[in-house]
Amino acid sequence: MYDSYLSVPSGFLSDLDRMRGDIDSLFGWGGTSRAIRSTGGSTYPAINVGQSPEAVDVYVFAPGIDASRTEVTLDRGVLTISGERASDLPAEAPKTSVHGRERYAGKFRRAVALPDDVDPNQVSATYRDGVLRVNVRRREAAQPKRIAIE
Amino acid sequence: MRDTKPNNASPAPTPFMVPQVDVVEDSSGITLLADLPGVKKDGLDIKVDGQTLSLEGTVALDAPQPFDAVFAEVRASRYRRSFTLSNELDSAAIDAQLKDGVLRLRIPKVAEAQPRRIEVRVG
Repeated sequence: MYDSYLSVPSGFLSDLDRMRGDIDSLFGWGGTSRAIRSTGGSTYPAINVGQSPEAVDVYVFAPGIDASRTEVTLDRGVLTISGERASDLPAEAPKTSVHGRERYAGKFRRAVALPDDVDPNQVSATYRDGVLRVNVRRREAAQPKRIAIE
Repeated sequence: MRDTKPNNASPAPTPFMVPQVDVVEDSSGITLLADLPGVKKDGLDIKVDGQTLSLEGTVALDAPQPFDAVFAEVRASRYRRSFTLSNELDSAAIDAQLKDGVLRLRIPKVAEAQPRRIEVRVG
């Protein structure tokens, strides 16, 4: 199920990936070829994209956002997700100390290029448990057809 | 509260992610916020063993059918992180809330550890 697709690039491959990234940054090489919109090391929110013959699913790992104020657009095959995450840290106050501040706060905007055969008229988005799932159907013609032999 | 992020400890059998946290302390306790996107209430395990508070969560996505991943930034299905508590924290009274993939833990201080104003007697 989802497990397969969370860990598709197998542990070994992702380790290798990371190692190669480390080596590349060590020697100042260009790094591995990545999707142009995900060149950063740690970006909020993280995105996974999965596909089946019928649809493309984009999972946006965006905990703690206000879904009603998050914008999802699909323009010429590029899916863009933008919004803002409010900070949960209290305002500066005496007797309050912040020991850790790792969680992202502020505006975010991310984009992913989808395959050419997606149908922009059949998109749905749901937000649950901090994950925004955008499901985009593929055009009929792109789906594999079984041809009967007469 | 000391963070015991396992970075280069013994290799873990299953890959896991270290969730990002905010930790805020006020006079009555500590609030810990952790980002655990994709974790449902029953996939979350919070344990206190002695002085160690450990969080573990399993990502459960609603994938209706088998998919091929074309691109994956989240490459593990578990989150794990632990923290060392200190004596003045009341680990038996921890309150946990999970909403939209954000866990909010409130760890109160034991009553006698809360600041008291000490009266100075004039003698």
